[in-house]
Amino acid sequence: MRNTILEVRDLRTKYITRFREDIYAVDGVSLKIEEGKSLGVAGESGCGKSTLALSLMGYYFPPLHYTSGDIIVNGRNITALDPDTTRKNVLGKEVAYIPQAAMNALNPTRRIIKFIQDVIKAHIPEMSKQEVRELATERFRILGLPEKVLDQYAVELSGGMKQRTVIAISTILSPKVLIADEPSSALDVTSQKMVIKMLRDLMEKGYIKSMIFITHELPLLYNVTDDIMVMYAGQIVERGSAKDMVFDPKHPYSKGLMGSIIVPEPGTRELELVAIPGTPPNLKNPPKGCRFAPRCKYAEDECLLHEIKMKTFGEGREYRCKFSIDYLTEKYNNGKS
Amino acid sequence: MKHLLQQILQSGKFLTGFIIFLFILLLMIFYPMINPGDPLQTISIGTFAPPGTYVSMYDALDTELNVFKLDNAALNRLDSVLKPEDRVEMIMWFESAGVKVDVTLNDTEALLAAWNEYYDSSIQPSGMTKAKRNYYKRLNDNITRMLATIPKVIAKISEESGELVEVRQIKSTDYINTNKVANVFNLPLGTDNFGRNVLKELASAIKTSLLIGLIAGSVATLIGLTLGLVAGFLGGLIDDFIMFITNIFTVIPSFVLLILISYSIGQEQRGAATVAVVIGLTSWIWTARAVRSQVISLRNRDHVNLSKLSGHSFFRIMVADILPYIASYVVMALILQISAAILAEAQLSMLGLGPKTTEVPTLGLMMKWSMLYSAHLNGYWWSYFPVILTIALISFSLNLMNTGLDQVFNPTLRD
Amino acid sequence: MANHRKSCLSGKGVTKVFGLGLKKTVAVNHVDFDFLEGDFVSIVGESGSGKTTLAKMLLGLLPETEGEIFFQGSLRNIRGRENKKKYWKEIQAIFQDPFSSYNLFQKIDSVLLDCIRMRGGARLPYTNKIEMITEACSFVNLKFEELTNKYPFELSGGQMQRLMIARIFLLKPKILLADEPTSMIDACSRATILDMLMNLRNENGMTIIFITHDIGLAYYISDDVYIMEHGNIVEHGKAEDVILNPKDEYTKRLISDVPKIHEVWDLSTVG
Repeated sequence: MRNTILEVRDLRTKYITRFREDIYAVDGVSLKIEEGKSLGVAGESGCGKSTLALSLMGYYFPPLHYTSGDIIVNGRNITALDPDTTRKNVLGKEVAYIPQAAMNALNPTRRIIKFIQDVIKAHIPEMSKQEVRELATERFRILGLPEKVLDQYAVELSGGMKQRTVIAISTILSPKVLIADEPSSALDVTSQKMVIKMLRDLMEKGYIKSMIFITHELPLLYNVTDDIMVMYAGQIVERGSAKDMVFDPKHPYSKGLMGSIIVPEPGTRELELVAIPGTPPNLKNPPKGCRFAPRCKYAEDECLLHEIKMKTFGEGREYRCKFSIDYLTEKYNNGKS
Repeated sequence: MKHLLQQILQSGKFLTGFIIFLFILLLMIFYPMINPGDPLQTISIGTFAPPGTYVSMYDALDTELNVFKLDNAALNRLDSVLKPEDRVEMIMWFESAGVKVDVTLNDTEALLAAWNEYYDSSIQPSGMTKAKRNYYKRLNDNITRMLATIPKVIAKISEESGELVEVRQIKSTDYINTNKVANVFNLPLGTDNFGRNVLKELASAIKTSLLIGLIAGSVATLIGLTLGLVAGFLGGLIDDFIMFITNIFTVIPSFVLLILISYSIGQEQRGAATVAVVIGLTSWIWTARAVRSQVISLRNRDHVNLSKLSGHSFFRIMVADILPYIASYVVMALILQISAAILAEAQLSMLGLGPKTTEVPTLGLMMKWSMLYSAHLNGYWWSYFPVILTIALISFSLNLMNTGLDQVFNPTLRD
Repeated sequence: MANHRKSCLSGKGVTKVFGLGLKKTVAVNHVDFDFLEGDFVSIVGESGSGKTTLAKMLLGLLPETEGEIFFQGSLRNIRGRENKKKYWKEIQAIFQDPFSSYNLFQKIDSVLLDCIRMRGGARLPYTNKIEMITEACSFVNLKFEELTNKYPFELSGGQMQRLMIARIFLLKPKILLADEPTSMIDACSRATILDMLMNLRNENGMTIIFITHDIGLAYYISDDVYIMEHGNIVEHGKAEDVILNPKDEYTKRLISDVPKIHEVWDLSTVG
């Protein structure tokens, strides 16, 4: 069995709005990632996937607040640390985070090498400037980025190049976990492919031990990560290997989500797209029972009454539904004929 | 809408500014009601009567007397008459006469006691001139007279004999009730160089200055808004032309322009309204530029395109689809323009290019006259300090309200 | 069979140039196209390919620098407000961002009432108008009773976009230009929007010009596909032909760069 790099136990975090209302955007999420594995998070906008990414850093700033649960990175519980220690010893060193607009974070008046010097100065102050440059040059060469980028300004780089540069900078200290929140959504498809290739390289060469990849583009997720986790209204509703999740989803919500995949491949035109009516619930006061029940076409009255726990089936697969796998499979097959 | 109002009223900055402004408005409205009449009427002969309550002496003589026996009446009387320099001289005398006393300048009672005990006109301290000795003698006489309770006599010249005839004696224990005196009035801020009631003038000046601010601000905002909307929305040659004009005005300092225009109008034609319009005509530039840039960012928004596709006219798109989005911005610009215009009027008036002086008082004119009559050198604070404070408070409160509104309308500035 | 159908909107040498001199940018470069009546046409391109500029020219919101656009076989005339109004009765649009498509200061009712007015129904009695609006709303699975007197920001993105379709339903133009109508809404609501667009085409014979960056979506939904790159149309034809057997290098690259699920996504082709 491989080492567990990241383990999250029943994590709950909330937003406190200006009107003093609590919004539980991450509500009881547990997950485990082993060394060399990557996990994808899928879901509609507002399902809490971006909040999960922020929460996993272990560093909270208003309006996001930590409520309960543990985040264990490489055997150390980072929720127990004080914010300053987290900032100094965890962020960048153990956990790195890349948001969607990361490329806009580069100050246009500084050369790229300066950012790398800043990162290293904050964590390894004894390293000399020469050593930093050697490290950066080596890393850029391996990741296929041109060396001259180091002495350029952000405005001289294209969007795709900027995003790749930011990823290279944030992983310069070889963190254990990389959290990438829609890192390629704002890019064109060719740059997107380059970003993905770079993330793959980082994993293969061992610069990062594990990765959490968040996106709403399911075909991309399928191609990038080993496992996929579907979130709905702040909770995980299903988890499994990428292949199982795309071709054999069990939870009605995952089923709907996977049914909306369109790719330019033969046979796509014959597909019938699945639509899920309604909108995700308001997380200020979520439904008492199954959170998906109000939109689920298989829902029964009982679904609304009791909270539903995650159930395990098969290898590494979990789902959160009242019904059994067989019952759901039968329902889906009936729907097709 | 209701929600927005609630947010505005919850903003501490806006509320503070609003309360200060309200206070000034109340002064402006209510003081003329309590004390009606022409604010420019000269009431005192001679300039700069200090603040206080004034009792007509002539009427007081004919007022019914009440007798009070008060212990320290004499002392109080002396206290108010004994000048600071006399007190210093008294202590100097003790020193030169070699008397050791421990008194302070303001402790009139102890000073007087020591004086009565030790002063002797026969003592001739060495080095003291005769003139100085005579001064002390006179001072002593004065003090003795003050402390004595000899009645004062009011006399009038007899028509027949041409001699003084005693009419009435006034004792030191005689008092009159000010309520019974025919003519008593308050001058909370005294009078100015023309002998006008400063507070009444101030209330009237606030009104004029605010009016000037409002007219100038409206004129500037209206011109700036129109030009900005047209330039931003139409673009092309019209935009280039309007920006050409605007850029020309930007490089000419508007205050210089203001001085030149005011000067060329001439003293006789310069009423408050004229000055206001002139100020407005020279300060629209920044509003126009700001509105234009806002409109340019709005004009490519989809809802404007959609409105075009729905066949709406240019005017309707302006009013319904663009104006509401920049309304908050324009209101804030207006508030700043009002504040700037009040200051501009004060500046102009200080230079003698403000509204003509005979018609209305303005805050700037009040400052100008007190400066011309050296009020600041002679310590007549009441004629200029309240005016400065009012200008500062108006400007401060308007800016505070603006910042408060900015925080409500601009979510990135919220804390 | 396609040859029998009439041309609805076509263009010859349509060009748009922004700026002058050194700042000159050619956004759309001598583009020829021919959209047939009742077709579902996709214009596919990445950001900066000029597809939105082309759309704005087709809508008459931007004047073309060069070239001619023909509407129903004859040169279109959109000089002056009256001609524009007439043209806009025949061509309408749905925009990408539903949140910025609405004037936030006007109630939803006024958007829909505008459509009736545009169709010449300004003098109809109020109850008739409400009937028409209710019908349009039910076409997009919305209830007018729940929407009336509401402001746009009280709706979700999906609802807003559906309301835009209701607007088109009321206007019944000959051509609908949909500029990335599904890119800002969730995958689950996307199917609903696409269904409704298909219904509009099937029930009213509308020509739909669908602008998108998603080549998979274009393949899924359209009859004809135009691929744009840097202001040029590099390839066009039937969707199956273009997507499954691309001839142009750019199209080939575009298709190979999109992640797939049945085929292997070859990462070695880049960097």
